[in-house]
Amino acid sequence: MAGPELKAPALREYPTAPALQPDAMAGLKCYVANEKIQEPLGFPGKLADNWQDTHDRVIGRMGELLKKYCSFKVFMDACVHCGACADKCHYFLGSGDPKNMPVARQDLMRSVYRRYFTPTGKMFPSLVGARDLTPEVLDEWYSYYWQCSECRRCSVFCPYGIDTAEITMVGRELLNYAGYGQKYLNEIIGKVHRVGNNLGLPGPALRDTLDGLEEDVKEDTGVDVKYPLDEKGAEVLLITPSADFFAEPHIDSTIGYGKVFHAAGISWTFSSLASEAGNFGMFIGNYDQLRKIALRIREAALDLGVKRIVVGECGHAWRVAYAFWNTLTGVGAGGKDPFAIELQKQLDPRFKQPSHICEVTWDLIQQGRLKFDKSANDHRVITFHDSCNVARASRMGDYPGGQFDIPRNIVRAVANKFHDMAEDTIGEKTFCCGGGGGVLTDELMDIRVKGALPRMEALQRVVDDHGVNFMATICAICKAQFTKVLPYYGFKSGMVGGVHQLVSTAIKLGNEQ
Amino acid sequence: MTLFFAILFYFAAAVFVGGLAYKIVDFARTPSPLSIPTTPAPTSAPGVAFRMFREVVFFESLFKGNLWIWAMGAAFHFGLALVLFRHLRYFTEPVPFVVAVSQPFGIYAGFMMAAGLAGLWARRLLVERIRYISTVSDHLMLVLLLVIAATGLGMKFLFHTDVVGVKAFFLGLMSFDIQPLPAHPGLYIHLGAVALLLIVFPYSKLLHAPGIFFSPTRNMADDPRETRHLASWAAQLEKN
Ligand code: SF4
Ligand code: SF4
Repeated sequence: MAGPELKAPALREYPTAPALQPDAMAGLKCYVANEKIQEPLGFPGKLADNWQDTHDRVIGRMGELLKKYCSFKVFMDACVHCGACADKCHYFLGSGDPKNMPVARQDLMRSVYRRYFTPTGKMFPSLVGARDLTPEVLDEWYSYYWQCSECRRCSVFCPYGIDTAEITMVGRELLNYAGYGQKYLNEIIGKVHRVGNNLGLPGPALRDTLDGLEEDVKEDTGVDVKYPLDEKGAEVLLITPSADFFAEPHIDSTIGYGKVFHAAGISWTFSSLASEAGNFGMFIGNYDQLRKIALRIREAALDLGVKRIVVGECGHAWRVAYAFWNTLTGVGAGGKDPFAIELQKQLDPRFKQPSHICEVTWDLIQQGRLKFDKSANDHRVITFHDSCNVARASRMGDYPGGQFDIPRNIVRAVANKFHDMAEDTIGEKTFCCGGGGGVLTDELMDIRVKGALPRMEALQRVVDDHGVNFMATICAICKAQFTKVLPYYGFKSGMVGGVHQLVSTAIKLGNEQ
Repeated sequence: MTLFFAILFYFAAAVFVGGLAYKIVDFARTPSPLSIPTTPAPTSAPGVAFRMFREVVFFESLFKGNLWIWAMGAAFHFGLALVLFRHLRYFTEPVPFVVAVSQPFGIYAGFMMAAGLAGLWARRLLVERIRYISTVSDHLMLVLLLVIAATGLGMKFLFHTDVVGVKAFFLGLMSFDIQPLPAHPGLYIHLGAVALLLIVFPYSKLLHAPGIFFSPTRNMADDPRETRHLASWAAQLEKN
């Protein structure tokens, strides 16, 4: 399906809600996980031979989730079908498929909820749009719950705050319980458990890569910037998405992180045990996996005895770290139970735990501990793409909205030319890159390209108006997705890069004349 | 007919109160294991209360989302609120001063409510994507509310009914001393529709009213680095 014959939709001059194209994306289906992938995660290897078994498993699990998650229960009941969210999803805007409207995506689940869990749905199914769970329904879930990037844009506009991402997570959890998992994510989760990161890079390979980085930086700048691994007693443990260790343009930000710590004189280290900030357990909505993956961070922090935990440029990882780590692993503050206290008494309370690398860098800039040659970035005209999970599911700094200001402040501090994209496409209303939430796999390229449309339209406008040639972002998935998708829209794939790539270009390491 | 409506209203009130109480307790008991406010979100409890106030009174998120739906939804809900307030005169003796003062405004509110409903229904029928997501019950709910509004306004302006008798009937209901309900077809339809609305309330999308207060993306404070949220079922996992 992927490949040159895949065409991007045309950019529109006046973006409005598209005309409906029913079932336009109905055929899209990502690869299904096999038994070898499913079983180690504790999910059934495949669908039961007998439909009734699958049916009971799914409905049973649904009942359990309704007791465990207030979000799921309230969101199933509260929607009034007002349609305010309908035209807010990038996948709907790009594909026109009505089932990609957030409310319709929820209704794929709600219809089944009503049938089995509400009196009206039990008595008058056709009146309230309730339906039995059938193999066709399960297939439909599989198709459309893998066309949602869990970006939460819809939840901003819903009068009841209904977050379709939560429903998508439930959908994927139910599919996993049915033995109908997605290959891409579940295979990677297996790698994290076995090797320690999404890419399956073992410790020695990591050390090699970091040695290579040290040489490159030395050659470039003449300075011995260290990229330490497993260094006990370091002050900072840096947890970063594993793509940062080798993928382009991610690696340029990694170089930047090291330079920041070097210039500020802060001792730091990576960990081979916890060499992954990403946590795909969130994408599949499975609390156990989410927790198990996160616990590696706790283990590494206790083992290395670090005082601070800092997270690199990654959107969903920052959501998990910022909003979930305290709950899952005790990385944070305010814990009153022994489990949390054990770690929290080790961490330095003067710093936010965890901190985002942008918070660290911005603090250092404000303290005057970093110096820049802004003109080094003069060949770049920069814009900033807010990543969904940073924008709508987390925060930076001390006040709500700090997550929008801090990265921009950094860009402005290290470069001269910066222009924001249109107001309704950034900040809390930012559009997803189109590849988040577990859809970053080649079989889904069609929807990935279509979902990028609103972002590409906004980008085209600043390219035309201001000559923008660099889109900075702080997410490993955004970087990977844009690198692939930009060319479909006639942009250069090298246009996308990290904020710390810009920092890296301009930072003075103290050896300048 | 009097007896029929008396029983109907006792039944409807019981279902409404019982069903709603059940739902609210159910919502309140279900935990949110993870911190999931839609950010930027307030960082403290008073901030959350203020955000909730803005959502409930001004429909802040809907305002960001769609001005048409917001305007018509606001017209309907504020109209309804005023009309309900005005109807307190049927349940109180003596009528409190503010309720008495509200009477003329309540009438305009009735029209505002009907206009809002008509607009919302027109959207449902005319805008392709909203027609697509509408179920039969979405249409019926609007019809039911429109019937209530139309019969109410009709009795005010066209086919008057004996409001003193209606008041006596409801005061009687409240003190379990049943009084005759004036015979009036418009009134029968009006009251029948209201009773139906009360009955379906706890089992339908009307649950959006209590639901918003329990929506975790709106009622949680953005403080996960400072506070350790732990649902009881999640805390169990730490024991092994
Ligand atoms: S969470 Fe994002 S991708 Fe999913 S339905 Fe909402 S807007 Fe679309
Ligand atoms: S905005 Fe909220 S209430 Fe309206 S249709 Fe969407 S999910 Fe339902």
